[in-house]
Amino acid sequence: MNQRCAVIGIGQTHHKAKREDVSIAGMVREAARAALDDAGMDYGDIDAVVIGKAPDMFEGIMMPEHYLAGALGAVGKPMLRVHTAGSVGGSTAIVAAHLVATGIHKRVLTVAFEKQSDSDAMWALSVPQPFAAPLLAGAGGYFAPIIRAYINRSGAPNDVGMKVAVKDRLHALKNPYAHLQLPDIDLKMVEESIMLWDPLHYLESCPSSDGAAAMVIAAEDVATAQEKSTGRSAAWIHGMAMRSEPTMFAGRNQINPQAGRDCAKDVFAQAGVTNPRKELDCAEVYVPFSWYEPMWLENLGFCDEGDGWKLTDSGATSLDGGDIPWNCSGGVLSSNPIGASGMLRFLEAALQVRGMAGEHQVADASKALGHAYGGGSQFFAMWVVGSDRPA
Amino acid sequence: MSTAPQPKQGTRPVAIVSFAQAPTQRRIEQANEVELLMPVISEVYAQANMTKDDVDFVCSGSTDYLIGGPFSFVTALDAVGVWPPKRESHVEMDAAWALYESWVQLQEGDLDVALVYGFGKSSLGDLQRILALQLDPYTMAPLWPDQVSLAALQAQAMIDRGLATEEDFAGVASRSRRDAMNNPNAQVANDLDVATLLKEEYIASPLRRHCVPPLSDGAAAMILVAGDRAFDVVDRPAWITGIDHRIEAHAFGVRDLATSPSTTKAAHMAGVGEGDVDVAEIHAPFAHQEILLASALGLSSATTLNPSGGPLAANPLMAGGLIRFGEAANRIMDGTASRAVAHATSGPILQQNLVAVLEAAS
Repeated sequence: MNQRCAVIGIGQTHHKAKREDVSIAGMVREAARAALDDAGMDYGDIDAVVIGKAPDMFEGIMMPEHYLAGALGAVGKPMLRVHTAGSVGGSTAIVAAHLVATGIHKRVLTVAFEKQSDSDAMWALSVPQPFAAPLLAGAGGYFAPIIRAYINRSGAPNDVGMKVAVKDRLHALKNPYAHLQLPDIDLKMVEESIMLWDPLHYLESCPSSDGAAAMVIAAEDVATAQEKSTGRSAAWIHGMAMRSEPTMFAGRNQINPQAGRDCAKDVFAQAGVTNPRKELDCAEVYVPFSWYEPMWLENLGFCDEGDGWKLTDSGATSLDGGDIPWNCSGGVLSSNPIGASGMLRFLEAALQVRGMAGEHQVADASKALGHAYGGGSQFFAMWVVGSDRPA
Repeated sequence: MSTAPQPKQGTRPVAIVSFAQAPTQRRIEQANEVELLMPVISEVYAQANMTKDDVDFVCSGSTDYLIGGPFSFVTALDAVGVWPPKRESHVEMDAAWALYESWVQLQEGDLDVALVYGFGKSSLGDLQRILALQLDPYTMAPLWPDQVSLAALQAQAMIDRGLATEEDFAGVASRSRRDAMNNPNAQVANDLDVATLLKEEYIASPLRRHCVPPLSDGAAAMILVAGDRAFDVVDRPAWITGIDHRIEAHAFGVRDLATSPSTTKAAHMAGVGEGDVDVAEIHAPFAHQEILLASALGLSSATTLNPSGGPLAANPLMAGGLIRFGEAANRIMDGTASRAVAHATSGPILQQNLVAVLEAAS
């Protein structure tokens, strides 16, 4: 990064199965307005808007950013629309941050959303395409065989996924924005829920949500001034990285993808992190299906390959006494407005290091990871944010 | 020895060093998106004497609504072969904005080479129905207004204001299609005079057939290189010395359709008026839009407009804007121009516009 930059404003909607009370414009504006208020700014202070969402078929609107230009105060300004599959919320934040880190703009508003109730994501994901492997039964149908291969390869006990499902829903009870609020959640409840894609029970899968996320990313001088005027601290960006690899080819490691390992290595090198489990205080990682927690623990280097399930099993990733809490917000398993889910990970990491995560705050968090992935676990976006300015 | 000109935006000079496009056709049935892109991407590597291992960043522009399925950019990525894994991104916009994102990435200073590409096959569906879906979903899309009728409203607004006549529109079309006769990638090329064109029936008054772009299938790719390394690749790199883009309101009722304030603002920011412009490649799918945009860009009559034939000769959606950048860059690289303007548009009737100044090193 050429210049230091920081997150100075954060906003999100209350994520729900159906936001029938607002239009898409109303929904993204709810998040944007909250982020601007947090930053002590108004639409007029913003230099550029970067918006992201997953496939347009999820709502049935082609390039909805054109229609949203007015609602997001972008008229007369540069507006970019990012789409990198499920990782899009993360990569959108990264594109926005680059605009500031390069000195091109000082104050960028970045927004991501999905209003899944306007269409049917499962259907939109399952349209057969020539020469491409059909998803047929949505994302879960695609990932379940990979999860089975992980269990086979690692020898993990069968209940580890269910433990993740319970843990993240317990975390969600401490996050008023989370979609799923299941006060009675326990292993029995997960086990008794219907089997969707073996080994994934219904409650081991993410919900389908309407929601939006927004951040204001600012240059160092602006961030310093706003910290003073609002009394709220900034989350400094210590590193950001993206990596992609092809969906399939002979010999591809789909369980522990190279692109994820490379991306983690890059972002941790930028942030000066050599041992993520020790040096990070918490992580918000894209876990749409329970088993992706142990799988990503390994992929991101929080433990050795094959040991991810042991961390989960031991409670290391729980906000309740774990040494490296993952998804204190409840994660994707508790709220999944797909296009916004990656940005929610990035902004929850920022909330933690700002000390503004409320009931799901990790005490004295000073460095956190935000992570998103998409496609056939082939697109990765990550950032590390900290309470201190990067060296 | 040449030195790279200092850019108006950013701190690091970035140049277009190679460009290739698929010959545009009304309907390409024998190649899917990957097959359409592969020869084009191979060609930009060959021109630059590079392989995919030289590329630090990849960015593309496309839209799922042409193919009618999600993630069309994901399958298209197979044309690049991102293995080992690469830094890669995608915009659901014309690929000219993928160029913009790449230009931003190269400003960071740690990466030097970017591959940019875009593709679109309009033949896969009914474009008039598809493009109606990019309008306000609550108030406009349910009426299914087609893009030709919307463009006609804009053309009529220009006539009402006394900014242009139907003869002027025919003049743009006549010149464009004649110029296209020298462009092997063009789809519509002929030599018809204004009087002949004006005998055509209206499609949507005041627009006749010649005022409307062809439906096209196509793809394009280019390589950007940052810093003096560009001189190692090509004798006359096309340096991006200014670049900016702006968006306008979506609701037609709050816009003055006869002007393009977003283009004017972007042109000002890019520094278009700070020197003579030898050639401009303008992404004006409809004939009247070239007149509107040339005025909004502040170009004089000394500037040669769309010598490639422009979008009236070939208009592959999502690649059309990037092709303007490629054609303008080619004029710099082949020595016929030393300062050029490239323009791209997106959204209904010019809602969003991107402008860049390309220059040869002095």
